[in-house]
Amino acid sequence: MSDDQMVTIQVDGRELKAKAGTLLIEVTDAAGINIPRFCYHKKLSIAANCRMCLVEVAKVPKPLPACATPVNEGMQVYTRSPLALAAQKGTMEFLLINHPLDCPICDQGGECELQDIALGYGNDASRFVEGKRVVPDRDIGPLIATDFTRCIHCTRCVRFGAEIAGIRELGATGRGEHMEIGTYIEKSVDSELSGNIIDICPVGSLTSKPFLYSARAWELVQRKSIAPHDSVGSSLNLHVRRNQVMRVHPRDNEAVNECWISDRDRFSYEGLYSADRLTRPLVKKSGNWVETDWQEALEAVAQGLKRARGTSGNRLGALLSPGATLEEFYLAQKLMRGLGSENIDFRLRQSDFRAEEPAYPWLGQTIAQLDELNAALLIGSNIRKEQPILGHRLRKAALTGAQISFINPLELELNYHATQLVNSPAGMISDLAAVAKALGGYGGLIDSAEVSDVHHRLAEQLRTAERATVLLGNIAVAHPDYALIQGLARIIAGNSGSLLGYLPEAANSVGGRLAGALPGNDGSNAQEMLSNPHKGYLLMGVEPGFDCWNPARAMETLGQAEFVAALSAFRSQSLEQVADVILPIAAFAETSGTYVNAQGEWQSFSGAVAPAGESRPAWKVLRVLGNLLDLPGFDQVSSEEILAEARQVAGDRKPDNSADGGVAYERLLAGVGLTRIGDVPIYALDPLVRRAASLQKTRDAIEASSRINAREAAMAGLADGDKVVVKQDKNSAKLRVVIDPTVPDGCVRIPAGLVGTDTLGGQIGDVTLEKA
Amino acid sequence: MANEVCFRNMDQDRPWLLEQYRSRGGYEVLTRILREKTPPESIINEVKASGLRGRGGAGFPTGLKWSFIARNAPGQKYVVCNSDEGEPGTFKDRDVLRYNPHQLIEGMVIAGYAIGATRGYNYIRGEFWEPYERFEAALEEARAAGFLGRDLMGSGFDFELHSHLGAGAYICGEETALLESIEGKKGQPRYKPPFPAHFGLYGQPTIINNTESLASIPVIMEKGGQWFKELGVENSGGSKLFSISGNIKNPGVFEIPLGTPFAELLEMAGGMKNGSKIKAVIPGGSSAPIIPGEQMMQLTMDYDAIAKAGSMLGSGAVIVLDDRNCMVKVLERMSYFYYEESCGQCTPCREGTGWLYRVVHRIETGHGRPEDLALLDDMTTKIAGRTICALGDAAAMPVQGMLKHFREEFEYHITHKRCLVS
Repeated sequence: MSDDQMVTIQVDGRELKAKAGTLLIEVTDAAGINIPRFCYHKKLSIAANCRMCLVEVAKVPKPLPACATPVNEGMQVYTRSPLALAAQKGTMEFLLINHPLDCPICDQGGECELQDIALGYGNDASRFVEGKRVVPDRDIGPLIATDFTRCIHCTRCVRFGAEIAGIRELGATGRGEHMEIGTYIEKSVDSELSGNIIDICPVGSLTSKPFLYSARAWELVQRKSIAPHDSVGSSLNLHVRRNQVMRVHPRDNEAVNECWISDRDRFSYEGLYSADRLTRPLVKKSGNWVETDWQEALEAVAQGLKRARGTSGNRLGALLSPGATLEEFYLAQKLMRGLGSENIDFRLRQSDFRAEEPAYPWLGQTIAQLDELNAALLIGSNIRKEQPILGHRLRKAALTGAQISFINPLELELNYHATQLVNSPAGMISDLAAVAKALGGYGGLIDSAEVSDVHHRLAEQLRTAERATVLLGNIAVAHPDYALIQGLARIIAGNSGSLLGYLPEAANSVGGRLAGALPGNDGSNAQEMLSNPHKGYLLMGVEPGFDCWNPARAMETLGQAEFVAALSAFRSQSLEQVADVILPIAAFAETSGTYVNAQGEWQSFSGAVAPAGESRPAWKVLRVLGNLLDLPGFDQVSSEEILAEARQVAGDRKPDNSADGGVAYERLLAGVGLTRIGDVPIYALDPLVRRAASLQKTRDAIEASSRINAREAAMAGLADGDKVVVKQDKNSAKLRVVIDPTVPDGCVRIPAGLVGTDTLGGQIGDVTLEKA
Repeated sequence: MANEVCFRNMDQDRPWLLEQYRSRGGYEVLTRILREKTPPESIINEVKASGLRGRGGAGFPTGLKWSFIARNAPGQKYVVCNSDEGEPGTFKDRDVLRYNPHQLIEGMVIAGYAIGATRGYNYIRGEFWEPYERFEAALEEARAAGFLGRDLMGSGFDFELHSHLGAGAYICGEETALLESIEGKKGQPRYKPPFPAHFGLYGQPTIINNTESLASIPVIMEKGGQWFKELGVENSGGSKLFSISGNIKNPGVFEIPLGTPFAELLEMAGGMKNGSKIKAVIPGGSSAPIIPGEQMMQLTMDYDAIAKAGSMLGSGAVIVLDDRNCMVKVLERMSYFYYEESCGQCTPCREGTGWLYRVVHRIETGHGRPEDLALLDDMTTKIAGRTICALGDAAAMPVQGMLKHFREEFEYHITHKRCLVS
């Protein structure tokens, strides 16, 4: 029987058609026939262990599990016959004998699969009169609360770890009724996707620790939203109570996030309620910050910008967060252009702007297409932590045989087999040139490249694969020779027949370009604005100490300005040091807007809660500023109106990776001494996630430190735990030494975006270490 | 006629040595097969003709099992021997490993040849340290003599065989849990289909047979399937090892033709101990429902006769109980075993075996309730047939058998808080 042959089966007398071999539960689910189940999950392997979905199949004496029974022609199924019901009710009785009756205090209460199904299949009284099993809870980290007494041993969480997260962090130990879910040895669950086990746990064994005992499911109102961090733009459901986001769940979107979300998207909402949330406008008076009303603050901004502008708009610059909405980008650039300034940028973590960049860099393919790749080369990307869902997609491809390789300055902890070429940032350029040469590229530094076996192998993998891609990640963008990387990547992709793709850093890096939030003719880009002091600046959603490629220089440059106006959802030390007025704006979940994700999809969302305190959506703030500055075209009354205008201006501009870039650039990074690798850790990406308390307690939230391998440490006479003074340009920081074998020779990993490294220079550049 | 197959060398001194095995024509069948390049189909047909049924307990026809393998499909295939003999009352495979290891090795090589497998594993029960060492020594001898390894006797056929010692879990005697265990995973049965013939060890086609079944192969190939079949009776070909224990004079392992009256087997074991009266017999390992003694004395030891009496021949583990035994106590002990040995993956077995034990325990200790027997009856129907493997059935059947034949003892216990016997 061929696999795509259609068969007809009968379920409870209803005729259904399905592909032969499809699992019965999939057929009945599609037809809306409800069969109770616990262990079955559409994205996980079949375990058939809960025995809840037993149904009667004609001519088979025993009831069969619908989750593990393939359909065949003429099959007659009875889901509610006496045999089926007896089996289902029997299983339910067994499930309940040892399950605690603590539904009133269980966070799963009201949204519990066991509770729901028990209503239909359980008895009103138990025949079990013995003592119930008690299982000790385990501390598996700051995100997930455990109550293993409630566990029904469906093993969804175990299979999730093995199959989706790609790390077996949880397992079942012990036999019979002594079987327990746990980590075996004392340890935390650290996957960047770990929170999904909260959703797939059918009972209250695994619940959200930050949400623990804070609300009942039935008090929550569900509102749709889009995730605000990476460029996946995962679909979210925000659960709101009394104008507060209580928790975040994924919303099924097969084309984007399937049914998963990253922990960053799930738990960053905590940042909304951090102590340093800004709720009233602030103005600096004689060096002191004073709370004020909107009227005064807005007028101060309008006056300040006007004064700084003087006779030329070119004296003003705008630095915008790549996590701003498309509407905010659009109005901000309109405001700046209205004032005669073309100095607008959101590419705050890029230092090398020499290359002609594509008009709208994007993934170059759909997110779902990543699953189908046969080969991929990732350049300067820790995709797993930068874009967890894309990392998961790539892993799926790897598991079906795709050859994945990386050229990075750090060895990554991957959850699939891949080739990792780990070299210093300067060495990365040589590796890329060698791969380009192996593919027949020529010119500039390619001609002098030395091609080794591994370069040939990477080249061949891309060249021979039916579907191959070359992707540029965050570390590539931060590279001082990003222009060269782009040129080399273009040659590698072109000569190997691979798609060139960009992994946009933030939720709206693509949208920022479509909204025109880039420097116009003769305008200054972010680095120029942050190197050459302008008279006045407009900052939106930016913390200069943490969000810029070179925080020390950014602080110094902004400090020299006459006037800095900032729109911010948070109080921030580095912002308060340089700004003159800070206007409180709505954060994630508090405003409507649009994000354009990596695959170029415009995703609009509504606000789920009112902005905190007196803060206002940034688009409203910008519109009023436009009015106060007497600029035309600031009369929109809704974000939809702005979106319509932005769409019209964007016209038929589509994400597009084509450009004429070559490799005729001088190498700026010599890499002779020690090179700093300043990657941005997963939970340091933006102001919101930096304030998400629980995420900051995870293993991935690494502290500011100076990480070198044992060889380099020995040469410098340093040991793990020593204090060193790191000097970069004229800046310094005192940091702890951590011996880290993932860092290549000649390099020191000093992550960016963290308190303690914000006094240093560029993310990638020369540094020296001295024992303190 | 006894000791024709697995025990045919029991009269020898140190029969486990290669030299002794060869002195009676050992490995000659294998040599002939390899020399003559006997077509694998004819070997499988011979096994089919012998009527050999799986000696581990399920009684599935061995030849038929072998024929499910896609012999000519590319890729690794495996022969696995199940020596995890864990069924309470069973101790026959231990004696095959101890006294006739070479016949097992020869059987496994022939099986490998028949299905196109070049690698075999013998999974030996964790407690069988001595048999394991003896089997290991036999493997060494066989390797040195060229019966294992590459290009056996210049035939171009390779076969390597390894033993693997379990760690004491009863469930690893279930064939797919055994495969998981060899793979280094937790011993939990797999959902079937797919069966091991299609998706076995490391996902490759695998035959998995009991020790006694595989050790019977060289004799079947030497004397012919028909000869073997005629040792026994209709539908129960061959002779079989029975491990008989309980309140009898001489517990031990006996090879007798299938179809031999139980009374004769009991006689061979010296009859009842101290002349006590037979009360009941568990004919095929603790999972088989109990049969009252009088009824048992009329039965013959073959698959059909025992099945007709409502039990199973199983692994041939015969446990004989005399009239001093309290059936509540016996069942309590057996229920504890299944409670302890459930792997825990399926709900009815994980939760139900513990519940069964607790209810029986409470009756035994004088805390039974009038409704408990109905509860046990009902619970067993909700465990049996509702789980991935047969452990659920194995836990339920002894309870059902006991309540069918000895219900009054349980009722007496509940009412009088003490035993009917003694």
